[in-house]
Amino acid sequence: MSKTMNLTLHVWRQKGGTDIGGFETYKAPEISEHMSFLEMLDVVNERLLADGKEPIAFDSDCREGICGMCGLVINGVPHGPNAATTTCQLHMRHFNDGDEITIEPWRAAAFPVLRDLVVDRGAFDRIIQAGGYVSVNAGSAPEANGLPVAKPDADRAMDAAACIGCGACVAACPNASAMLFVAAKAAHLGLLPQGQPERYERVKKMVAQMDAEGFGHCSNHYECMAACPKEISVDFIARLNRDLMRATVVERDHEEKSGGAG
Amino acid sequence: MQSRLDSKAPSGPIETRWDRHRFGMKLVNPANRRKYKIIVVGTGLAGGAGAASLGEMGYNVLSFCYQDSPRRAHSIAAQGGINAAKNYKNDGDSIHRLFYDTVKGGDFRARESNVHRLAELSVNIIDQCVAQGVPFAREYGGLLDNRSFGGAQVSRTFYARGQTGQQLLLGAYQALARQIEAGTVKSFPRTEMLDVIVVDGVARGIVTRDMVSGKVEAHVADAVVLATGGYGNAFFLSTNAIGCNATAVWRAHKKGAFFANPCFTQIHPTCIPAGGDYQSKLTLMSESLRNDGRVWVPKSAGDCGRDPAEIAEKDRDYYLERLYPSFGNLVPRDIASRRAKMVCDEGRGVGTELEGVRRGVYLDFRDSIKRLGEAKIRERYGNLFEMYERITGENPYKTPMRIYPASHYTMGGLWVDYNLMTTIPGCFAAGEANFSDHGANRLGASALMQGLADGYFVLPYVLGNYLASAKLASVDEGHIEVKKAVADVEERIEKLLSIGGERTPDSFHRELGNIIWNNCGMARSAQGLEGALARIPALREEFWQNLKVTGTGESLNQTLEKAGRVADFMELGELMCRDALARDESCGCHYREEHVTEEGEAARNDSEYQYVAAWEHTGDLSKPTLHKEALEFEYVLPVARSYK
Ligand SMILES: Cc1cc2nc3c(=O)[nH]c(=O)nc-3n(C[C@H](O)[C@H](O)[C@H](O)COP(=O)(O)OP(=O)(O)OC[C@H]3O[C@@H](n4cnc5c(N)ncnc54)[C@H](O)[C@@H]3O)c2cc1C
Ligand code: FES
Repeated sequence: MSKTMNLTLHVWRQKGGTDIGGFETYKAPEISEHMSFLEMLDVVNERLLADGKEPIAFDSDCREGICGMCGLVINGVPHGPNAATTTCQLHMRHFNDGDEITIEPWRAAAFPVLRDLVVDRGAFDRIIQAGGYVSVNAGSAPEANGLPVAKPDADRAMDAAACIGCGACVAACPNASAMLFVAAKAAHLGLLPQGQPERYERVKKMVAQMDAEGFGHCSNHYECMAACPKEISVDFIARLNRDLMRATVVERDHEEKSGGAG
Repeated sequence: MQSRLDSKAPSGPIETRWDRHRFGMKLVNPANRRKYKIIVVGTGLAGGAGAASLGEMGYNVLSFCYQDSPRRAHSIAAQGGINAAKNYKNDGDSIHRLFYDTVKGGDFRARESNVHRLAELSVNIIDQCVAQGVPFAREYGGLLDNRSFGGAQVSRTFYARGQTGQQLLLGAYQALARQIEAGTVKSFPRTEMLDVIVVDGVARGIVTRDMVSGKVEAHVADAVVLATGGYGNAFFLSTNAIGCNATAVWRAHKKGAFFANPCFTQIHPTCIPAGGDYQSKLTLMSESLRNDGRVWVPKSAGDCGRDPAEIAEKDRDYYLERLYPSFGNLVPRDIASRRAKMVCDEGRGVGTELEGVRRGVYLDFRDSIKRLGEAKIRERYGNLFEMYERITGENPYKTPMRIYPASHYTMGGLWVDYNLMTTIPGCFAAGEANFSDHGANRLGASALMQGLADGYFVLPYVLGNYLASAKLASVDEGHIEVKKAVADVEERIEKLLSIGGERTPDSFHRELGNIIWNNCGMARSAQGLEGALARIPALREEFWQNLKVTGTGESLNQTLEKAGRVADFMELGELMCRDALARDESCGCHYREEHVTEEGEAARNDSEYQYVAAWEHTGDLSKPTLHKEALEFEYVLPVARSYK
């Protein structure tokens, strides 16, 4: 027989971006241990709706830990108590009968709340738009095996590319910095030969956009790595900082080369 | 009646059909391209790649998705890999073999010309993705690695750990981001398309709802591309993301786009079974597990509630090994799924009892662990085992996994010609949203291939050709048809909000899903389908009388979003059953209990059913018109599939 539990939820409710939100308390009785955290909220929402109330708005899509759409701060921890687990993959068996659970949205100036637990992460898209790509048009690619990539480099690039863009790193950081997100993209592309031509330009542009979006600075708390459901390493931040320094040198080189053409 | 279905598929030698067809196409002068506005709905592999490529060419592109970012389209969830006929393994693969395997795997219900083009383009896809920085798995020498997938006899599947879809999608998303920065593409996330605008019989735009502000508005354009994914969520429970929906294709269908083979839906055999009536979606476990796991159920129904460790070897039925001695646990998806259903129907399923039946079979690694050691199994499947344990709380190293089939992919979709154009001129469909390449059954690792082929390499040509030849009148937001489309959408939203009944959208969706799953799922019969065709319209009527939606239309309202999607599934579900009833044969995924070989396999009827069923909406949901596109096989001659 599977275990059920009775829970008390304190949930952030906020009608819209400009409204002042606040916590509301809901009972969640007879929750099965096999439910996911979001299924538990689904059940609460079905009951709210049946009572003629507006359900709690929260984001989710794949519900298998890969799209990066979900993300709640559960008892003060982005994505909740389990390491390397997105909110949608967290299951109720990690809670106990009688627990009180506080549920909040990501909190960061650059991620404004849209409603209840839903935030706007458009800033992440704009950081990628600033330079998080390799400039290659469809149809212009050379034969795939023309350029071998050392396996360790490919594996390391994949470690960084595993980022799902959920924003937990920002939510966890005391400064709401987006350094881990930016560093992951910079490392993914910067570790591969295909990413070399734009490597330094790319980091400069992405970091400039990150600053423009109002994310805070990184002061090496490493809370980001602890919260990351994909366990992206802070070593990539060190790498980003090295690339940033190098970017200034490379820029100077390019200026000198193009200078004097008259 | 059939005259309206001109596939425009070229004739002549199949190897050069696409080349010759492309040469015959009209081109748009680069300087003129920015004057053409193209709407692309969807940012998955098909839509993301399509919008980016059209942007690169210089068109003025508007890109839409319902998620908060184009990077989250459902393509992100694909695990296994992508096929391409590179023949890097020197194991006999070729474009022709990939073409052959796809036509045969589809049980001879796909168009040869399209499939051949797909196989040709597969090699370009890998080049493109590698150049974008997709971190595919590599061998120690630095070259790309491949594996064999889904029972294929050659190694042609490229992969990036268990996250191939994610990496391919990020490649397309980054290409799209580059075009957004360049100003050729304008991105509209959290924006749901709710209708197509048709003016003088030609697609001229879409009506959308901003999912944050609730604003309904028209976007007028010169062409519309729907790359909105599959409709597997008609079943409610599926491996699809919970937002996946049929609204875009269904709205287009109601405006004149024929819907092809709606009953062709793929049920994946290895998913984690439902745990209770709260279940919101089902999780796929990679098919690769069947390489080392043995599928079994107890011989006697009396043993089904017992701890599997206590069930003696002689009391276990390894039914796939017993029935298919040469393929064993590696039989194709449709067969593995059907057999699991059959043993559970017999009362020999295992796991949680739901509605009086245990729906699960064991996938047991005990013998592999004994033979290879736990370390080896961990190396091969460690992340999958972890995922399984995270969801079920059970340790598959110690106790067998429980699996059950789930809705996974839809081969059916909007009918398109060779140019990916629907029966509404100017409205195109790409990726899983169209029906074109997989016939009655899709091979593993071929959906990603099709999405990217359509997006990077087909849409850019066919749109240019269309725009260069079409004579389009000028239309703006003030046009009467545009205003009417907006008013219709607003009225429908108002209606959904004002019914004031008692039942939630999810409760209707679950009930609908159950009806379709039980009657138009892994096994279908005339009797079951007729029953479903009586129940679905009644349920739909109740929906419009007794639906409960709270909140307003002028704000973020997820209940309203669901309600609109369920309303469309209610109509599409009926067409799925109608199509399954009309196709009085078995083929691929479509298993009619009346048409079974002596060995219990699907019996095709080529003389009567070798066609694409394309349904036209007539205004009366109970009386759609069936149009048939006859299929001809010049290169791969129809044979019966056999996996004994
Ligand atoms: C769990 C899982 C694993 C899979 N693994 C594999 C695999 O290993 N190999 C393989 O080849 N295939 C696999 N598939 C299948 C494959 O992932 C899909 O068929 C493919 O990714 C579909 O791509 P698409 O571009 O057509 O649509 P999607 O990626 O589904 O994108 C649809 C887009 O349309 C948008 N959209 C939908 N409706 C609307 C609307 N009304 N308004 C606005 N926007 C809308 C969405 O926002 C989204 O951007 C898998 C599928 C699943 C479910
Ligand atoms: S819903 Fe996709 S990661 Fe959680």
